[in-house]
Amino acid sequence: MATKIMMPKLSDTMDEGVILKWLRKEGEKIKQGEILAEIESDKADMELEAYDSGVVRKIVVPEGGKAPIGGLIAIIGDPDEDISSLLSGVPAPAPAKAVEKPAQTAGQGKTSEQPAAGPAADGRTKASPLARRLAGENKIDLTKVNGSGPQGRVIKRDLESVLAGNAPSAAFSSKPIIPGTAENVDLSLIRKTIAKRMAESKATAPHFYETVEVDMDPAITFRDQINNVTELKLSFTDIVVKATATALMKHPQVNATYLGDKMRQYHYAHIGVAVALEEGLVTPILRNCEQKRLEQINAELRDLADRARTRKLKPEEYTGATFTISNLGMFGIEQFAAIVNPPEGAILAVGTIVEKPVVKGGQIVIGHTMKVTLSSDHRIIDGAVAARFLQDLKKILENPASLVL
Amino acid sequence: MAIVSLREAINQAIDEEMARDERVFLMGEEVANYQGAYKVSQGLLQKWGPRRIIDTPIAEAGFAGVGVGAAMVGLRPIIEFMTWNFSLVAYDQIVNNAAKMLSMSGGNFHVPIVFRGPGGAAHGLGATHSQALESVYAHFPGLKVVMPSNCKDAKGLLKTSIRDDNPIVFIESEVMYGDKGEIPDGEYTIPLGVGEIKKEGNDLTIVSWSKTLAHVVLKAVDVLQQELNVSIEVIDPRTIKPMDYDLIVESVKKTNRLVIVEEGWPFAGVGAQISHEVTSRAFDSLDAPVERVTQEDVPLPYAHNLETLSLPNLDKIRTAVKKVLYID
Repeated sequence: MATKIMMPKLSDTMDEGVILKWLRKEGEKIKQGEILAEIESDKADMELEAYDSGVVRKIVVPEGGKAPIGGLIAIIGDPDEDISSLLSGVPAPAPAKAVEKPAQTAGQGKTSEQPAAGPAADGRTKASPLARRLAGENKIDLTKVNGSGPQGRVIKRDLESVLAGNAPSAAFSSKPIIPGTAENVDLSLIRKTIAKRMAESKATAPHFYETVEVDMDPAITFRDQINNVTELKLSFTDIVVKATATALMKHPQVNATYLGDKMRQYHYAHIGVAVALEEGLVTPILRNCEQKRLEQINAELRDLADRARTRKLKPEEYTGATFTISNLGMFGIEQFAAIVNPPEGAILAVGTIVEKPVVKGGQIVIGHTMKVTLSSDHRIIDGAVAARFLQDLKKILENPASLVL
Repeated sequence: MAIVSLREAINQAIDEEMARDERVFLMGEEVANYQGAYKVSQGLLQKWGPRRIIDTPIAEAGFAGVGVGAAMVGLRPIIEFMTWNFSLVAYDQIVNNAAKMLSMSGGNFHVPIVFRGPGGAAHGLGATHSQALESVYAHFPGLKVVMPSNCKDAKGLLKTSIRDDNPIVFIESEVMYGDKGEIPDGEYTIPLGVGEIKKEGNDLTIVSWSKTLAHVVLKAVDVLQQELNVSIEVIDPRTIKPMDYDLIVESVKKTNRLVIVEEGWPFAGVGAQISHEVTSRAFDSLDAPVERVTQEDVPLPYAHNLETLSLPNLDKIRTAVKKVLYID
């Protein structure tokens, strides 16, 4: 069925929007969720997603053209259906073009005279009852949430993705703190999810921990060399991610999921990198790190972390990791043990780089070391397996030149 | 725990209740000398004699009416319909006399009767012999409708039904009579109106009962959980009326999504009633409209391929599950 695409309300103060660009031409196919157009509001340039799959039958407002909120800008539908009734009453756009109208039988002749049915221009936000309740509980403005359900219906997962990157809500910061009292603070959805998953992990996956100390002098030199001669601002996390991906490829037992009567070993490294937020943490995923160059990892990680903090991650950007890295080095933590993030089999906890006396070639010199701790699910990973992985990881980090191969 | 077939489980329930209460008797077509059209009453004539195991002519309205009368004056009849399709000939006795007698007699006459037999489609029985009539009987105040999905429930629920002072519509399934299952040793009963969580899950609740649950839904759930990587909760209400709404509503509050799979037709089906109750009581917990999988709204075709297409099956359940989970 053909659907009218209206100018969305992109900010509270917006009255009209400008079509910056159409990403599909008339007659081209588009899938639900793909970007149809770029639109400029009074606040920002935004991408407009298609809520339904189909063919772009008609572009009503050309690039550069304006439309009020709720004004018809395009029609998506089946390739051969009659859309004339949807178009009736629409003023012809600047480059006037004849409205396509397939031959009609006599009985249907009237349809094009009828006014367009059901203007979705009422600005109403469609949401599932549960989504409305969650939005209320978490003080989220539903009109600002992109709905991924049919006809843009806001559903639970849309709110979860908003909450996954939620900034502290007004409810938390605006409350005055009264010394000497206690208060109950309702758990946010993200907090509840963390509580459930972490308790489940500890209760079902028998954890064990192995720590190795890595000589970071070569990595420091490596990073300085790259940052000095390129535009890059490589971080130690980037290096650890790439080194871990390389080591995981040699040790699929560590890059695995426990499945009851079998385990699934991954021959790709989708690495989740924990990012701390005010209300919890979220782990955006860097996919196929084993294939990515350091500069790609650097750029993607920066983008993902930024969007995680501004709650702009899409669900597929924080689900599906095969392994997680949690780095608390920036807080000065020397060593810690993380909880495995199910369904993954292991997680690497990365500490800070410490300057300290080390023995090199029989001499006590000033060196830089970093401790990494692997937490493993003993159901699928044994001590020696984890140890061999850490050995390889240490070797790679201490010989970082191999990472540019 | 002993392993028995479903026909044996029902046979045990009748046998034990006949031993417990001499007012209980079994009446219907072929229940005595032929030992039951589906061998459910095997051995009962030999054990209890022709006074309590009674063959009738092919006259459902007649023997159903005799049963209602017997129940009114203090006996506890079990009336077997060779299939529930034939109960339509006795419809007036069930819905007008059995169901309404207590109310219309000002509480003077209880009708402690169990009407039982197989319902629903089997294989290629044609439109008039394949009907799932639970929603029809559940419509009438005064009747309780019971539909077990396994041996343990069949025995425990039938014993409770025989002891109940109200008319009971007890619907079995021809294709389940050979199903084997464990039943507890010794005496046990299962209360009416209490459903059971067959399988716990988090993402979605499926409610289904009787053969559709045992032969279609549980298998589909195994497939779909793997295929879609979702966790499905499965509820067997066991009694259609009274329906255990509390159990279903609590489950939906947890999973936020509901699919009801039933063999009956869509219009005014049992699933429509459950859907209403859940929408009313758990509206703010729903993340998607309730979906139903039913038989297509046509008389069931005889041809095997069309029969299969018409009844609930894996593909239809998959479509409904994906729809409520918003999986493209």
